[in-house]
Amino acid sequence: MTDLRERAGTDRAAAARSGATPGPNPEPLALGRLRTAGLLALAAVPVLVLLVLFFYPVAVIVGQGFAGPDGVGALGDVLARSRIRRIVLFTVWQAAASAGLCLLLGLPLAHLLYRRRFRGRAVARAVITVPFVLPTVVVGLAFRTLLAENGPLGSWGLDGSVWAVLAAHVCLNVAVVVRTVGLAWAGIDDRTADAARSLGAGPLRVLRTVTLPALGPAIAAAAVMVFLFCATSFGIMQVLGGGRYSTIETEIWRQTEEMLDLPTASVLSVLQLVLVCAVLVVAARLRRRTERTLRRRSVRTPQVGRRDLPAVIVGVLVGLVVLGPVVVMMLRSLRTPGGGWGLQNYRALAGVGEDNVLLVPVTDALVNSLQSAAVAAAVAIALGAMLAVVLGRRPRSRAGRRATGLLDAVVMLPLGVSAVTVGFGFLVALDAPPLDLRSSWLLVPLAQALVVTPLVVRMLVPLVRSTDDRLRQAAGVLGAPPLTVWRTVDLPLAARGAAGAAAFAFAVALGEFGATSFLARPRTPTLPVVIGRLISRPGEVNAGMALAAATVLALLCVLVVAAIDLLGDTRRAGGIGGF
Amino acid sequence: MRTALFAGRRPVLAAALAGILLLATGCGSGSEPAGSTGTSTDTAVSSSAAGSGSSGTPGTEVATGEVVLITHDSFNVDEQVLADFEKSSGLTVTLLAQGDAGAVTNKLVLTKDNPLGDAVFGIDNTFASRALEAGVLDPYTSPEAGNGSDEHGLGAGDPDHRLTAVDYGDVCVNVDHTWFTDKGLAEPTTYEQLADPAYKDLLVVESPATSSPGLAFLLGTVAHFGADGWQDYWTSLKANGVKVTSGWEDAYGVDFSGSSGKGARPLVVSYASSPPYEVPADAAAGTPAPTGALLDTCFRQVEYAGVLTGAKNPAGARKVIDFLLSQEFQTSLPEQMYVYPVDTAVDLPASWTEYAPPATDPATVDPAEIATNREDWVQTWSDLVEG
Repeated sequence: MTDLRERAGTDRAAAARSGATPGPNPEPLALGRLRTAGLLALAAVPVLVLLVLFFYPVAVIVGQGFAGPDGVGALGDVLARSRIRRIVLFTVWQAAASAGLCLLLGLPLAHLLYRRRFRGRAVARAVITVPFVLPTVVVGLAFRTLLAENGPLGSWGLDGSVWAVLAAHVCLNVAVVVRTVGLAWAGIDDRTADAARSLGAGPLRVLRTVTLPALGPAIAAAAVMVFLFCATSFGIMQVLGGGRYSTIETEIWRQTEEMLDLPTASVLSVLQLVLVCAVLVVAARLRRRTERTLRRRSVRTPQVGRRDLPAVIVGVLVGLVVLGPVVVMMLRSLRTPGGGWGLQNYRALAGVGEDNVLLVPVTDALVNSLQSAAVAAAVAIALGAMLAVVLGRRPRSRAGRRATGLLDAVVMLPLGVSAVTVGFGFLVALDAPPLDLRSSWLLVPLAQALVVTPLVVRMLVPLVRSTDDRLRQAAGVLGAPPLTVWRTVDLPLAARGAAGAAAFAFAVALGEFGATSFLARPRTPTLPVVIGRLISRPGEVNAGMALAAATVLALLCVLVVAAIDLLGDTRRAGGIGGF
Repeated sequence: MRTALFAGRRPVLAAALAGILLLATGCGSGSEPAGSTGTSTDTAVSSSAAGSGSSGTPGTEVATGEVVLITHDSFNVDEQVLADFEKSSGLTVTLLAQGDAGAVTNKLVLTKDNPLGDAVFGIDNTFASRALEAGVLDPYTSPEAGNGSDEHGLGAGDPDHRLTAVDYGDVCVNVDHTWFTDKGLAEPTTYEQLADPAYKDLLVVESPATSSPGLAFLLGTVAHFGADGWQDYWTSLKANGVKVTSGWEDAYGVDFSGSSGKGARPLVVSYASSPPYEVPADAAAGTPAPTGALLDTCFRQVEYAGVLTGAKNPAGARKVIDFLLSQEFQTSLPEQMYVYPVDTAVDLPASWTEYAPPATDPATVDPAEIATNREDWVQTWSDLVEG
C-alpha cells in the first residue's frame, strides 16, 4: 500500500513537471524577441522608479558615511563592538521567531478564510488586516494597556518583555500570511489531495505531502515579508520593549537621528542590506524548490464542518490575539469623561480637539488620507502588476532565470532597509533638478506606494506562476499575439488575486504612518498623523479623540477591504480549469 | 518637544521619503493637496551671501513670495493666526515637519549646502550647540527680541545671535493628587524623596535614549546632583522600582494613574503644563486639579528659531522670525503647543495661571556641556538603569 501511495506522489510530481516543461518552442523567433523586449520594457518602469527613489539615495548616504577620515576602516571598528554583534543577533532572532509564529498561527486561518464558507467570511477576512494598517503606536499602546501593571493581563508580567514584542508582531503580521497564502490556497486543485486521500493518506499526510508543497512558494513569500517587517520594526520594538531592546533598525535611528554618527549608521545600513540579501537568497531557493504548476480552477469551498474543529480553535485564538488590542481601543473610545459610555469622542472628531490642538478637523484629515491612499494603491497595483507579469515568467535560459531572480530581489529590498537611511539619503541626494522630487505633493502617496508594491508583487506572482502555461501555449498556437494571451488568459486568472491585493494595498496605504508622519505638511495631515498628534497630548479629550479616530480608521479599513474582496469574488473567473 | 514614536514597522521608503521635504511652490492651504508648480524654484538662486549676517532693517525690507518654515513635528499654529500673518506680510508660508528636535537639527546639518527651507523653528537647548557649530544659521536679531525672548537666549554661547528663543517648557514630575489623597500618603516634592522607600514602585520615567522629556529629566538630575553625583541617585531610583518606558505617550497615557489611561503609578515625568488638561471640562473655577507638577524637579527646555544659511528667501525668513515673536503668535502658543511664551507681556490662559505655573527655579545645563556629554551620559544611564 505504501509504495502505491508513494507512486501516486511521484506520478503527480512527474505530471507537474511535464506541465512546466515546455515542448519545442512553437513561436517564430521574432515573436520571442518581441516578447522579451516587451517584458524588459515592462520591468523598466518599476526598476527606474526604485533606482531613483531608493537605490540612489541609499548609495549616497552610505557613501557619505564611508567618506569620512576612517573610510572603510570604520566597518571593522564597528563590527568589532560586541554591542553591535548582540544587536545583529537579536534582530535576526526576533524576526525569525516572529515569522515562525506568524506561519504557525496564520496557516489554519488561511485555510478557514479561503477554503471554507461561513457567514461573515468577508468581514472576518477584512478584520484580520486591521492591526496591520493601524499606526504602530496605537497598536503598541493598546498592547501596553492590556499588559501594564494594572491592566487586564498585568498579572502575566509580560510588560516590557520580548514576548510582548513577539505577540505584537504576530498580531500585526498574521494578516500578511493569511492573505498571501490564502489567495494561493483558494485556487489549488483539490483532485490531487482527493487522490491521495482515496489511496489512504490521512489528513496530516495529505497536508504534508500534497497541500504544503503546493503552497510552498506562497508560504516562503509570506515568511520573507514577515521577517523583513519584523527585522525593521521600530515603533513596536520601542513601545513594547520599553526602549530596552535594540535592533539594527532602532540603532540606525539612534545613530542617525540622535547622534548624527553617519559612519556607524552607514556600517549598520550595509549590515542590514547584507542581512536582507541573505534572507532573499534563501527565500528564492525555497521558492524554486517548491514551485510547480498548479492547475488553478474554481474549487469547492465547503461549509465549515466538524473536521475543521482544530483549525477553528486556532483561528479563534489567533483572532483573540489580533483583535484583543483593537477591541480594547474601541471600547475605550466609547468612554465619556464622566465615566459613562457614549459617542462624545466621535462628535469631537469634527472639531479640532481640546483647545483646537489640530490645524484641521479630523474629518478633513480623513479625506486627505483617502485621497492619498487611493493614489498610492493605484500606483502600487500598476507597478506590482507590471512586475508580477515579468516575475511570473519562467524563462528557459539560465540568464533569463538569473535576471528574473535579481529583479525579484531588487523589488523586495526596500522592505528590509531602514527608513531613516533612505529618508536621510533623500535629503542629500535628491535635492537638485531634474531629480528634485522634494517639491511634489505626490510624494506621500508615492512613498506609500513603494512600501506597498512589494506586498502586491508577492501576492500576485504566485497566481501568475500557477497559471498553467499550456493555456498560454494553446492560445498562442491558435494565433493569439502575446498581449491577447495575457489579456485572455493571465488577466482573468489573476483578477481575483489582484482585487485582494488591491484591497490590502489600499488599507495599508491608508494606515501608513512612517512616511507620512515625516512628510505630511502640517496643513494637510493624514488620519494616522492626526492620531499620532492627539496621542502625544495630555488630557482625556485628546486621548478619547485619538482612540475614536483610530477606531474610525479601523472600521474604514474593514469596509474597504471587505468591499474589494467581495468585488473580486463576484468577478470570479468562473470555471477556468486545467485540461 | 515630545518624543516621536513614529516610524512604522513598514519600513523604508515610507519613512524613507520621510526625510523628504517638499520645497513645494505655491502650496495651497487647507485640505487639498497643493498642486505644486514643479521644480522651478531652483532657478535663479539668489541666496544672500551666506553668513553676511545682514540683519536687514526690519520693517523697511519688503519680503514677498513663498517662505518655507522647517519645524519639528509637534509644531502647531492656529490657522487663523497664520492666515493673518500671510495677509499682512504678503508671504505664503509652507510648513514642513521634519521629526523631533534632534532630527530637525541633524537634517539641517546634513543639507547645509542646499538647505531645506528658509527658516527653522524647533531646535531646542539640547541641540542648539550642534546647530551653531555646524554653521547652518545666519545671524538675525529681531526687533521683537526685547519682549523677553533674549532672557531665554544663549547669551555668550551665541554671540552673533543666530538663534532666537520663541518659547520654553518645563519638564517636571507630575503627581496624581487624587491617588495620594486616597492612600493618605504625603506627596514627595524633591528629587531625593523620589528615591525614598516610602514611594517604592510609584515613579515612571521615559528613557533618555529615545525620548526628549526623558533626556530633560536626566539632565535635571545631572544639574541637581552634579556630574559626579547623578549616577548614585539613579542607582537608588532603580532600587526604588522606577519604571522606564520608551516615550511620553505610554508613560503618561498607560502607566500614569492620573491620566485617562488610569495606570498603576501616580508619579510620571511630564510637563509643568500637563495638569490643566486633566481638569474636567465642567469643573467650576477654583476646583483643585486632580494632578499637579512638582516644581522642584523641573528642567527647562527652550525652543529656538533661526534664519537658515543659504535661504532662498532670507527676507521672508526674517519676517517669519518676527512673526514667531509677535504678540498674536505668542498668545496662541500655550494652547497650540503646550509651552510658555517668551513674551513677558502675554497673559497665560486662565487655566494655566491656576493649574500650570512655570517653575521658578528650574534646573539648567549649559548647552555646550550637553552637546559634549550627551552620548556619555545617556550610555552611562543605560548601563546603570537598564543594564
